[in-house]
Amino acid sequence: MAKSNSSPKPKYAIESVNLSVHYGDFQAVRDVNLKFEKQRITAIIGPSGCGKSTVLRAFNRMNELVPSASTTGKVLFSGQNIYEAHVDPVEVRRRIGMVFQKPNPFPKSIYENVAWGARINGFTGDIDKLVEGSLHSAALWEEVKDKLDQSGLSLSGGQQQRLCIARAIAVRPDIILMDEPASALDPIATLRIEELMRDLAKDYTIIIVTHNMQQAARVSDSTAFFSLAEDGSRAGMLMEFGKTQGMFTNPKRKITEEYITGRFG
Amino acid sequence: MSVKSKNSDAFSADQQRRHRLGHAWLVFFQAATVVGIIALMALLLNIINSSFGFVLLEDTVSRESLSPSGVALEDLSRDDLVTIFNDNVSTGLFTRYEREKPFQQRTQADVYALVIDFVVEPEIKEQWSLVDSLLNRDEIQAIAINEHPQGHLEFRNWLDWDFVRSPQSSFVELAGVRTAIFGSLWTIAIAILFAFPVGVGAAIYLEEYAEDTFISRIVQTNINNLAGVPSIIYGILGLAIFVRALEPLTSGSFFGVADPLTANGRTILSAGLTLGLLVLPLIIINAQEAIKAVPNSLRRASSGLGATRWQTIWHHVLPGALPGILTGTILAISRAIGETAPMVVIGASTFIQVDPSGPFSKFTTLPIQIFQWTARPQDVFRNLAAAASLTLLIMLLTMNASAIFLRNRYGKKQ
Amino acid sequence: MQISNSAKKQEGTQVDLRGKPRMSEFLIQNFLMLCGLLSIVITAGIVFELGKESLLFFGRQQWEQSNKVLTQDLALADSQIHLDTVGSQLENGDLLRIDEEMLLVLDAGSTQIEVERAAQGSQLAAHNQGSEIEIASTVSLLEFFTGIDWNPQIGKFGIWALVNATLMTSLAAIVVALPLGLATAIYLSEYASQRARSALKPILEVLAGVPTVVYGYFALTFMTPLLRTIFGLERVEIYNTASAGIVIGILILPLVSSMSEDALSAVPNSLREAAYGLGATRLETALRVVVPAALSGIVAAFIVAISRAIGETMIVAIAAGAGSSFTFNPFEAAETMTGHIVRISGGDLSYDSLDYNSIFAIGLMLFLMTLSLNIFSQRIVRRFREVYE
Repeated sequence: MAKSNSSPKPKYAIESVNLSVHYGDFQAVRDVNLKFEKQRITAIIGPSGCGKSTVLRAFNRMNELVPSASTTGKVLFSGQNIYEAHVDPVEVRRRIGMVFQKPNPFPKSIYENVAWGARINGFTGDIDKLVEGSLHSAALWEEVKDKLDQSGLSLSGGQQQRLCIARAIAVRPDIILMDEPASALDPIATLRIEELMRDLAKDYTIIIVTHNMQQAARVSDSTAFFSLAEDGSRAGMLMEFGKTQGMFTNPKRKITEEYITGRFG
Repeated sequence: MSVKSKNSDAFSADQQRRHRLGHAWLVFFQAATVVGIIALMALLLNIINSSFGFVLLEDTVSRESLSPSGVALEDLSRDDLVTIFNDNVSTGLFTRYEREKPFQQRTQADVYALVIDFVVEPEIKEQWSLVDSLLNRDEIQAIAINEHPQGHLEFRNWLDWDFVRSPQSSFVELAGVRTAIFGSLWTIAIAILFAFPVGVGAAIYLEEYAEDTFISRIVQTNINNLAGVPSIIYGILGLAIFVRALEPLTSGSFFGVADPLTANGRTILSAGLTLGLLVLPLIIINAQEAIKAVPNSLRRASSGLGATRWQTIWHHVLPGALPGILTGTILAISRAIGETAPMVVIGASTFIQVDPSGPFSKFTTLPIQIFQWTARPQDVFRNLAAAASLTLLIMLLTMNASAIFLRNRYGKKQ
Repeated sequence: MQISNSAKKQEGTQVDLRGKPRMSEFLIQNFLMLCGLLSIVITAGIVFELGKESLLFFGRQQWEQSNKVLTQDLALADSQIHLDTVGSQLENGDLLRIDEEMLLVLDAGSTQIEVERAAQGSQLAAHNQGSEIEIASTVSLLEFFTGIDWNPQIGKFGIWALVNATLMTSLAAIVVALPLGLATAIYLSEYASQRARSALKPILEVLAGVPTVVYGYFALTFMTPLLRTIFGLERVEIYNTASAGIVIGILILPLVSSMSEDALSAVPNSLREAAYGLGATRLETALRVVVPAALSGIVAAFIVAISRAIGETMIVAIAAGAGSSFTFNPFEAAETMTGHIVRISGGDLSYDSLDYNSIFAIGLMLFLMTLSLNIFSQRIVRRFREVYE
């Protein structure tokens, strides 16, 4: 992916312009306009079924893995629309990483899990150092440093998720997308992940989808609230976007307030 | 310790190579898939190619010499033809056909056909494949005229109704697979008669009654292993037990129906029982799957109403599993029909012309026939083998199609 | 589960919940159990019959010419025989036969042997000059397993000729079927669209359903001429193991591909997503995540296919050749274990001959080979499945 030298350094890590996603004839999300600041944590909240995951996956072209999916609009990353024809989705996904709802480490050793992504992307440096550094950043090193050759599946749920985070970090992305990363974990593991996120935000831009409002309130700098379109079409739309503090104490729209106060969703 | 670095030079950007590699492997994968299809096409075309084509026939006895008055043979009256037939064949053959259906009741065309087959006796001098026949028609006709002026060229469907209806014969022109087909059907019938109840019974026992003990696990592993035993081993087992050890039973002498001079254990009964043993593991495993698929809620509902275990099975589980069991049985039959090695070891006869009359008859099966014809070096036997193979494939296709039809029609009801 | 059906509700009467014996249930259950146990009987039968006849095979005497000819007449009372010095070695304890009389060698010299006459219940007889001496031998296990020639006519019972031919055809089959089958499975599971898959899978099923005798015909009438065209008429014999082996490969290819595809499809999609999320191409995901994850199932598929190839009979009987010969050249004819069994039993077979017993000895070997492979494959699946989940 060529970087244009003449355009000014973008202010936002990634932004979407009139982004819509269809699955076949069904429009899942409509006209999403969002801008994500660098090295900040942005949360995407909303009731279930309103397309939060779809929006998230649109940011690293993961929707394309579903044969019936089609995307319109633009997603601008590093000054370019990642959906343009000449853009290689493989390269996009290295730079925009993803952590999934259910931890999915490879059935390989802990070391291999972290090293795998770097290897296939042609990492030229010292893999041992990379693995150690990534595990440190994921706050997992102390717990696994003596058992790096054991299977990744032998770890607890929370540890597995941190392993997945280490794995994502190892390919040195600019942005990390997290799709409800703690929803399959117990409360203690959840808190550890949240702490980890705040640490990671020093180096990475983080976008997290969560159905847990309190989590969004604890963790994020900005929040985007999605809900189903009010015209009955079942398409997900961005209802409100702003600083987290402001949105939770003083939501601008009625529908946001209703969601936050628990009247639906 | 932060590993943050926007320096993407740490990753060598050889996307081109990775994508090219991916594309190359994709081509390989597709090619591999295509190989199987090509092989199947080659097989079918090869068989079809040998099943139809021109043959050059020369009459052993010329037609003119039989019909003295200058009238063409085919225009003679039925009675004249009967006389010619009588004069030129052995009494035995004449009486045989007379007994089968009296000549007075036969049509002229019928008697004419007999005269052609047994008196005129056209002999095949050369044969060509279908491709040859279609593409090199002129050349073939030239050869016919130049090298065999007495003969005539005919396009022959090696697989036609006559082929299916005629018994084996030492005359290639007349040979058919009738006895073989009957033999196959008889052996399959006996095999299923034995294997179906026993197999389904075993499956019911394993799924509904047996506790998860050491013994039952051994039985299960044992069945899985038996399914993987080469079929020739079953043939050897059948030879030792059914043909040899149980000879009085399988030859029919115990029941007093066998001719003491020629009776031995190499009968349809032995063959059928051997095939039955062979397909038994398949039927069991299949029936087990079908029974497993019946939801437990059904069983609980039934026993909740006070039904005994067997009542639950008979009235609820079996009907639900029946389509799956039947499909599996049909597949087992398809497998058994194609089995050759065990039949050879059991001792299928190499040349029978008489239809089997019962379980104690000597037998031959369709695959055995194909085997024998294939093993003969003369070219003309290729055609017979091809036609017989085509017959076998058509039988199998019908059976599998009905299995799929059953599966689709009743599987959805679950 | 037995619930009494006599729970009558009567005021003041206690409900009778005792179980009544149900004869039919009992009978049915036991009948079904017998059906289940029948499989054990079958296996026992196989092992027993193969074992028994194999023992007969190894214990049976066969007579071969000792190349020694009596150079003197033997009267009824003589117990010393004068021999040529040329011929097979005679040792103390050997059993000899001259015409119908069996003699036991008590002391064997170079030109003179001392014998016990009418040993083993045969009749004393006078023997003329020029009578030939036959020596008894049995097939020893050592000879069976180390001999290279299988030629019963001349008393050679080394099984390696047959095993070698079996291995050669199986090797050719493996080389064809395993890579192509796995590649097909990867294509169907990781690349093909739903439409392509539903079109291709039935074709492969048909391929798997073709009877082996038809494959044999195909090998002889298509594959062999093809090989002869490619490699030359002089190099490729009409019967050869390469042609049979390749067609066996085609036979087992659908087996490999469908079992491997099941294994690949069983790998959860979340693993593929994780790989894509790291910026992997489809190939890298398929080969470096999915295939390793499905490895136990794939290996099991391979082993089952190998076992099938070893036990294959008709294709080799038709196309590989009759009459055993020990050769590493795939373009030459050679008889496999299964081909030999078919040829022997297809001919005139008397029940008390060495040939008849040899069927069982070879069959026993075949049974043990395939059984151990099948057990091995089941073990692998069980062991590695735990590690994966």
